[in-house]
Amino acid sequence: MELRLNMDRKERLSANTWKNSSSSGNELLKNISSGQPSFTNFNSQQPQQKWEDSSVVDYSTRIEPPFQEFKQHSETQSSRPGNPNNQIRLPDREDSHMSESLQNDKIQDWDPKAMLSNLSFLEEKIHQLQDLVHLVVGRRGQVLGRPDELVAQQQQLITADLTSIIVQLISTAGSLLPSVKHTLSSTTPIGQLGGVFLPSMLGLNGGVQAQNDGGSKVSDQSNQIDITGNCVNEQNYNIEEHESKDDEDADEGENLPPGSYEILQLEKEEILAPHTHFCTICGKGFKRDANLRMHMRGHGDEYKTPAALAKPNKESSSEPMLIKRYSCPYAGCKRNKDHKKFQPLKTILCVKNHYKRTHCDKSFICSRCNTKKFSVIADLKTHEKHCGKDKWLCSCGTTFSRKDKLFGHIALFQGHTPAIPLDETKAPSGPPDRGEGNEAISKVRSIINFGSNAPSGSGVQNTADVKGSMEDPTSYFSPLSFDTCNFGGFHEFPRPPFEDSESSFSFLIQGSSNYTLPGSCNYTQKSGAESSSNNLE
Amino acid sequence: MKKQHSTMIANPFDLLTEEIVFAILDRINDDALTKKSFSRVCKAFYTIESRHRRTLRALRSDLILRALKRYRSISHLDLSLCPRVDDATLTQVAFATAGRLRSIDLSRSRVFTHLGLASLVGTCAGLVEIDLSNRTELGDSAVKAIAEAKNLERLWLARCKMVTDMGIGCVAVGCRKLRLVCLKWCLRVSDLGVGLIAMKCKEIRSLDLSYLPITEKCLSPIMQLEHLEDLVLEGCPGMDDDGLATLKHSCKSLKSLNMSNCPNVSHVGLSSLTNGADGLQQLILTYGPAVTNDLAQCMHSISGLQSIKLDGCSVTTSAIKGIGNWLASLKELSLSKCSGVTDECLSFLLQTHKELRKLDITCCRKITYASIDSITNSCTSLTSLRMESCSLVSKDAFKLIGQRCRLLEELDVTDNDIDNEGLKSISRCSKLLTLKLAICLNLTDDGLTHVANGCSMLKELDLYRSSGITDAGIAAIAHGCPALEMINIAYNDKITDNSLTSLSTCLMLKALEIRGCPSVSSMGLSAIAMGCRQLMVLDIKKCVNINDNGMIPLAQFSQNLKQINLSYCAITDAGLLALASTNRLQNMTILHLAGLTPNGLAAALLSCQGLTKVKLHKSFKPLLHQSIFEFMEARGCIFHWRDKAFRVEIDPKGWELHNGRSPEAP
Repeated sequence: MELRLNMDRKERLSANTWKNSSSSGNELLKNISSGQPSFTNFNSQQPQQKWEDSSVVDYSTRIEPPFQEFKQHSETQSSRPGNPNNQIRLPDREDSHMSESLQNDKIQDWDPKAMLSNLSFLEEKIHQLQDLVHLVVGRRGQVLGRPDELVAQQQQLITADLTSIIVQLISTAGSLLPSVKHTLSSTTPIGQLGGVFLPSMLGLNGGVQAQNDGGSKVSDQSNQIDITGNCVNEQNYNIEEHESKDDEDADEGENLPPGSYEILQLEKEEILAPHTHFCTICGKGFKRDANLRMHMRGHGDEYKTPAALAKPNKESSSEPMLIKRYSCPYAGCKRNKDHKKFQPLKTILCVKNHYKRTHCDKSFICSRCNTKKFSVIADLKTHEKHCGKDKWLCSCGTTFSRKDKLFGHIALFQGHTPAIPLDETKAPSGPPDRGEGNEAISKVRSIINFGSNAPSGSGVQNTADVKGSMEDPTSYFSPLSFDTCNFGGFHEFPRPPFEDSESSFSFLIQGSSNYTLPGSCNYTQKSGAESSSNNLE
Repeated sequence: MKKQHSTMIANPFDLLTEEIVFAILDRINDDALTKKSFSRVCKAFYTIESRHRRTLRALRSDLILRALKRYRSISHLDLSLCPRVDDATLTQVAFATAGRLRSIDLSRSRVFTHLGLASLVGTCAGLVEIDLSNRTELGDSAVKAIAEAKNLERLWLARCKMVTDMGIGCVAVGCRKLRLVCLKWCLRVSDLGVGLIAMKCKEIRSLDLSYLPITEKCLSPIMQLEHLEDLVLEGCPGMDDDGLATLKHSCKSLKSLNMSNCPNVSHVGLSSLTNGADGLQQLILTYGPAVTNDLAQCMHSISGLQSIKLDGCSVTTSAIKGIGNWLASLKELSLSKCSGVTDECLSFLLQTHKELRKLDITCCRKITYASIDSITNSCTSLTSLRMESCSLVSKDAFKLIGQRCRLLEELDVTDNDIDNEGLKSISRCSKLLTLKLAICLNLTDDGLTHVANGCSMLKELDLYRSSGITDAGIAAIAHGCPALEMINIAYNDKITDNSLTSLSTCLMLKALEIRGCPSVSSMGLSAIAMGCRQLMVLDIKKCVNINDNGMIPLAQFSQNLKQINLSYCAITDAGLLALASTNRLQNMTILHLAGLTPNGLAAALLSCQGLTKVKLHKSFKPLLHQSIFEFMEARGCIFHWRDKAFRVEIDPKGWELHNGRSPEAP
């Protein structure tokens, strides 16, 4: 706890430093706090997400509104430099800058003074940037109503000026950020951080607002989004999602003779690293090499050739290669190469998921049921999709999402019976033949039931009591349902903004104290929009 | 009279010990009326009888508790006459029987909920049998309450449409001793529930899964039941050949399999289902896909098969011949409404199956004299022959029946060409219990006289629309067949009061249908009412000459009357009110009573306490106050509203008997 407070103070410190660039600060947070790469849920496309990604791709290929570029810089600052191709082995440290940052990463104690000086330098640079942006805003106000081309021309001029500042910013931030990152990734509750960052903005928002609004505002501003880039990104997501389905257990049946494959073992730090692909030029980290390749296009025309954009594996696949299998670094694990019955893991993804699931704390708690814990965020999200829908209940208290699973359970264990929700016992004098609609209602009821149950964290009995008090069908959707909706603040959104899946959001859930939840998540979603609207004023 | 007797003489019955009286009572166990009079002999008999009685059928729900106070040893309680049984009643029943209750029938009762059931089951731990059929509004919670009855062996849940797998799962876990389970029409029960019950209740003997949305998935645990004898899979469209092919083996103990109305199961599925079921005796495949030679071969592989029912299937000649090629003989064969049954194949079939006891060839319209010849020739031990609407069979054929099949107990020759000579021959079947001669227009009193002389055990006689019959024939029957319990003389204008007067000597008469006999009057009905005290079902629809005078003796004497149809009669409010005083009346059809006013109807409805079903003309609906209906419905009575136009004629000329249409005798 003390540690946490300590951190908090530090964050506040940094928060003050970053005060002026709050929006980018948030982006920064997202990146640096992401303890794990995201594998799933990219199908839930959010406008916000598209915008961000496109901005990443588009940077320096097109002229963007300054605030967007600005954000871009902050992202790059936050990223950890590294060799993009080097996923498995330790990265070849090509330039001293990167190695320095990596060393920083490993250093437990960092120098606050050095950081402070770095920060103040950055602050200065940011002020410069801010002035420029103000200039743009002023000009925009004048040219408001004119065609976009004119605006673009003006932006072009400013962008040229900006470039020099940006380069300086990157170099400073590159040395600064890994150290920050290190502290943050060690389970600092970012929820608090977020809350500290922008209290005024929270008030401004006045509670909960659909994140789509923010997203759309932004995209209105930046109607220069590279559509093709977007599409590519989307495609990538789909592919990645399929890949992510590969579980470490998928290779259970595989029986490769020992020695027929090359065993690679990643270290713990590598496994838990948020990014595996790094830009050799700017050092920005990516979870996927496809994203990196998209990003690389921004560094010059030589990266836009089909060869550069092609999947690197394809070239190497022509040569005969030894099959690669992976070992878990955890000694004594069955997946560790020293284990007697060693069962190798098929892909890096498998390694990551296996390591987190088996050897890490289950730090993600489902906000609905407050009982299920996960170490992989994707698992949490999968669970959350079904949480509360587990309406098949056994007398032993176990819930099942599928009826056949419940019946399998009952068939297996002596004395277990299906538990019938007590709401059924009510209103026996009702119409004798209820239709399917009624079943649907009861389904809804049960969902509400579980939802309302979640905060209290109590068992079935409690649910029953709640049910028992509701006789009137119209009251099924009484305060209870509101409870569920408001709980955690994000159920009201179509889907929580999970794009940077291991971003601050997951930590918000972790530090599930109520006070910042709705606001902070809102804040996260809307940051871009806020900055844009600020600029407009 | 008996009361006087016992009070006057210093009671000689006191000399009888309780054991002796118990022994006597054991002998008269099935006859309710005799028992009733027995208990009226003296106080001692009354007490002994009340202690002896094990079975009680309550007439009205408000009488249950009083009856239970008198009868302390009741173990079987039948509440099927009580449409309204609430939770409190069930609780009190449980306490009154002090846990001795072993069996309860709630199949026609409503209102009670899972709470009542829970207290019943909680108090009566020895409950072995529960019938909860037709409780369409009972849900899983009620079934869960039943699951507490650990000793339950027989459970009927037919038409409990709200019960789901969850409830069935509770029963499966709770009632391990179940031997009989009926889940017919439990539309929300699927493979999972059925599978679980088969997995958990290993004692099951009989399983009715008719009309469930189940597939072959639940069959593999069912087939592992060691004692299963009777399996009903009627109307399960989820069963198909491919699924059944996955079954590894069938149940060895299976004796009867009903796969009616399963359109997706052909001989392939059937053979996988019966593979290994060596003990199978009965196979019911009615209204299924076409019966082919393959199916016949498949059935042939079941060595012990004794009974096959193929009603309503299209049958090929090769299939029938295939069945004819078997070595062993069937005992029972039903080919009713099978298109494709011809003389040739039937004759071939019966050459092998000489041991046939029951044969149903209803509506096999292609068969002629030749078939009857071969039937009677080979199956001399036939006890039941149903051949309604075999219209090509000639008169002479019926002579053969009487000559060769003397053991017949049931004969249905409805809508056939039988004449007096044939009937004379049939009268040699002295064991005949049921004789259906409806729509046999060639018959006259002569023929009936022969029947009366020959078949003294006759219990059931159907003369619906056999218009050649007159009073003389009925008189002969009444004289010759004193055991007669049911007679139908509907739509015969030659029948008068004389017939009824002679029938009034049949003391066992329980059902009388004289619908559309305009010559019958109140006089005749009075005679019936006074003579046939056991009368339960009476249909006097369109007996336009019956008026209030007939109702008063009916109300006075026919205390067992349960069901009556009074439509088109000349009955007014007074008659209906008188009738309403009969204690047991449950079912009443009163359409087109010219003299009936709304007030009279209301009064009759309110005074008739046991009513469960009333058919009324729609025109009365707005005339009566809504609260009356509400009250009646709360008491357990259901109203059926009919909107039929008034029709004066009794036998409309358009009603052609042999014109391809053959209405069955109602």
